[in-house]
Amino acid sequence: MQLVINGDARTFAETQLSVSDLLRLESVELPDMVSVQINDDFINRPDYDTTAVREGDTVNFLYFMGGGQ
Amino acid sequence: MRDFSETELERYSRHILLADVGIEGQEKILESKVLIIGAGGLGAPIAYYLAAAGVGTLGIVDGDVVDLSNLQRQIIHTTAEVGVPKVESAQRKIAALNPDVTVETYRTMLDASNILEILEPYDFIIDGTDNFAAKFLINDACVLAGKPYSHGGILRFTGQTMTIVPRKTACYACAFHRPPPAGAVPTCASAGVLGAIAGMLGTIQAAEALKVILGLGEPLYNQLLTFDAKTMNFRKTTLKPNPHCRVCAGSGIQKLEDYEQPVCDLKPQ
Ligand SMILES: [Zn+2]
Repeated sequence: MQLVINGDARTFAETQLSVSDLLRLESVELPDMVSVQINDDFINRPDYDTTAVREGDTVNFLYFMGGGQ
Repeated sequence: MRDFSETELERYSRHILLADVGIEGQEKILESKVLIIGAGGLGAPIAYYLAAAGVGTLGIVDGDVVDLSNLQRQIIHTTAEVGVPKVESAQRKIAALNPDVTVETYRTMLDASNILEILEPYDFIIDGTDNFAAKFLINDACVLAGKPYSHGGILRFTGQTMTIVPRKTACYACAFHRPPPAGAVPTCASAGVLGAIAGMLGTIQAAEALKVILGLGEPLYNQLLTFDAKTMNFRKTTLKPNPHCRVCAGSGIQKLEDYEQPVCDLKPQ
């Protein structure tokens, strides 16, 4: 299926993916340090296993950045 | 309208020449009050540029003293000032740059018990802190007090910022919900940061503050700007106010509480 991830068009062989699957496939090292937005909505962390990513979805991984000093 | 002195007209001439600023805009800047939380990597360029711009009152909050390891990026402090409270060091540099600016210093760490009182006199708040407990507390307090503010964060070669008008635009918690679990967090102290990144993000935050004060252009409302200096890719992600946001949706936040501040552990990268 086709997805847009952080602005890039991407093709996946899988036809069905959960948010957790996608985090694994994308080798997101510290999933706790990422907020996941699908289309306009933010996904609650406990729902990653049960939330499906669908053909044509726009997915954003927004990384926590805690520095400033 | 106020009477500008000759020296003011000269000092601010490059602002006044801008059609979008002009004499009226410069007057708005001179009458504005901005609070900068953290006189560090982000706070240093923010304070310098806002002082240079003529912001009438600059509040600076920081409980730390200058450390030698700060000087790689915190350009408002100098080698001779190692050991001096950061708010004092910053105040000196601002006075030398632009004596017209009134500086209020708060040599303290913000917490749920003091933040609302400190925010109260200011028109715009800027987050230049280095930990999630402070960043979420600032968001909560700005939403509770209805103060527009700029969120900023940096990490290694990357930075992010968004500008927030509480209950009108998406807040920090709309996108990030709550602080990540303590064990997962690489802080700046443990993760490192390219010094110039602090300048890149801090000057963006200073420009956003001036845009909001002047009512010009399109501030980063409902937009998270992120950049990666390794590639120099800049990206804006559109955010929508989260209808389930625990802070700004519905009745939202009612009272402030401190977030747990994880101890800084040196996680391998
Ligand atoms: Zn919110």
